[in-house]
Amino acid sequence: MSVTTPTAPAAQAAPPAVHRRAWEWLTTLWRTSASILPTVAAVVIFIAMIVYGETAYGRIVQYSTLSNLLINNAHLVIVAIGMTMVIISGRGGIDLSVGAIIAFSSVSGVLLANAGVNPWLVVLLMVGFGTLFGLASGVLIQYFDVQPFIATLAMMFLARGLASTLSTEPERLADDSPIRDLGTVVKIIDGPKVNDLMVTPGVVIALVVVAAAFFVMHRTRLGRTVYAMGGSRTSAALMGLPVKRTILTIYIVSGSLSGLAAVVYTSRLGIAQNITGLGWELDAIAATVIGGTLLTGGAGYVLGSVVGALVLGLMNVLITRDGGIKPETTTIITGAILLVFVLLQRAVTARRRE
Amino acid sequence: MNASTPTLAARLTELLRKPFFWGVLAILLLLLVNLLKDPSYLAIRVNPANGNLAGNVLDILRASAPILLVATGMSLVIATAGIDLSVGSVMAVAGAVSMQYLQSADASSSVGAALAAAGMAITLGALLGTISGMLVAYVGLQPFITTLVMMLAGRGLAKVITSGQNTTATNEQFRWLANGYVGGFPVVFLLAVLIAALIIVVVRRSALGMMILSIGINPRASRMAGIKPAGLLITVYALSGALAAIAGMFAVSSVMTVDVSQTGYQMEMDAILAVVVGGGSLAGGKLSMGGAAVGALLIATLDKTVVFLGVPSSATPAFKATVILILFLLQADSVRSLMRRRRAGRVPLTEAAETKASVAA
Repeated sequence: MSVTTPTAPAAQAAPPAVHRRAWEWLTTLWRTSASILPTVAAVVIFIAMIVYGETAYGRIVQYSTLSNLLINNAHLVIVAIGMTMVIISGRGGIDLSVGAIIAFSSVSGVLLANAGVNPWLVVLLMVGFGTLFGLASGVLIQYFDVQPFIATLAMMFLARGLASTLSTEPERLADDSPIRDLGTVVKIIDGPKVNDLMVTPGVVIALVVVAAAFFVMHRTRLGRTVYAMGGSRTSAALMGLPVKRTILTIYIVSGSLSGLAAVVYTSRLGIAQNITGLGWELDAIAATVIGGTLLTGGAGYVLGSVVGALVLGLMNVLITRDGGIKPETTTIITGAILLVFVLLQRAVTARRRE
Repeated sequence: MNASTPTLAARLTELLRKPFFWGVLAILLLLLVNLLKDPSYLAIRVNPANGNLAGNVLDILRASAPILLVATGMSLVIATAGIDLSVGSVMAVAGAVSMQYLQSADASSSVGAALAAAGMAITLGALLGTISGMLVAYVGLQPFITTLVMMLAGRGLAKVITSGQNTTATNEQFRWLANGYVGGFPVVFLLAVLIAALIIVVVRRSALGMMILSIGINPRASRMAGIKPAGLLITVYALSGALAAIAGMFAVSSVMTVDVSQTGYQMEMDAILAVVVGGGSLAGGKLSMGGAAVGALLIATLDKTVVFLGVPSSATPAFKATVILILFLLQADSVRSLMRRRRAGRVPLTEAAETKASVAA
């Protein structure tokens, strides 16, 4: 990121004091809000990827591609937000169980719906299952001193195993199930051919979650406590913040959001399987890191993680568009891009410290 | 004299505090469960033709070999407050490169070809580990994300090496690694124990262990004390990579086929569990390589028990999770103090009092 003073033609005639003030404002911003820089870098790279895709392959900056990007990654956005809260809380906070929770929630949800249970009750149950797994992780971490990595790893094995005992085959949601309505595509702008601006209830759910998470993290006590805990858990406890309750809360939130992601994903696909969501915890962690959240906690933004999730989604779009990339190499490219991101963030944050 | 010799009860409590005690207990319990199902479970037979030992216990030892190696490397990495998520992928890379080489060399019984394949695999594993180590040590990237990158890239690299195929090769010497016997014991187990013991001796007999621990406890302080963390970090990650590569060769040599998407899959999780069961802390600064070995044996016993009991393969992860959860709950201080309190007949502290205590601390 280079620091440039915006010089519009009209500003040329203005007295130099304005320049100086603008410069001072920018340098202060640079010094005081350094924690936002990795997130800004993520946004810049996201835009750069869009520009590259548009010039190299075309048909990126158009309604259908961009709305599909949102529709196909709504579940990842939801999971990444829960992951961000958990990681910001610090002390090795991480939630490895999200992918497995999605598997259990989806399979059990589809089986229940097909058994004739009220669909809205099913949706509620799917989220509720996630809440239960999150609660279990939180209790293990808070009251039994199990390390978050291990506690959520155990939940990952448990949820995956339970999903597999329910069914090992793809379970199809009945075609007339109202749950599918959450995945229906609504055209907002009917463009030429298939170039429509589309939205699904799933996307709306994701956006509501983003807005709610933003509000909670920046405008409520819970959010401030999470940041304070990430900075220093001891200090947070000494200040009288409800550390214990908050740990429990964030894992419950992360689990519930995984359940919600299962609802969004299943309604879009109409199929649930015990291997659904394999490795999604890594996608969510990658999205969070790309979005500028430090794995050590204390710094990061939920909006950054949204950008991170979209970067991952856009990367898949670009790889498919390219067509010439061998399927074997896709994980290498994912790894390389992730590496570029963390190197860039490292360069930015290292400069701040000097 | 009497005052200095601890009483039996004190010794027992101390034993209870050792994390790997619970690991040993869990292994014994699992074996007991198996014994209840089949009273001859622990029987060891001697093959009259060649004097090799056979039996369920030998199977467990054989299965524990790769986990033992990976967990040994992982325990060192975790002691520096790091983590190595790439071990499973490095196993696949090592398996892929050795199988691909042996296939193209087309030397079905050449010792040279087997050694060359092993050399290439170990070098490549150490190289990948070195890259992770350099990124952690010089660039200052977080170990979790660095090795996550290596995990993604390594899996891809394995697929590129074999062009996405599951390469099969024939080489009697390489196969001997997994199927051979020395003195009645499987070669894999003996090799794994030998390598792990060698590393434990080197780390414990030199200042290496202390220096590695000091990085995990306080990197700043250790640097001020004159320890150069960069070299140590790179060594630790390179060692972890090399050990994972050997484990990868063990994994592929039994069937002489590398499955690029399954070889070593989720081995990082097994290894991390083994280390933590053995008393390691993911926050770093704790090193118990013997404990990690106990943990590795436990994971292998658990895997074999699941098969032996006929738990459906789909439910295996849930079974594994349950055993691990029980183990960690038994280890947890709060559970133990609760049990102690109940024995003493006192009323448990209220939530408020506990919070106050933790704040005061």
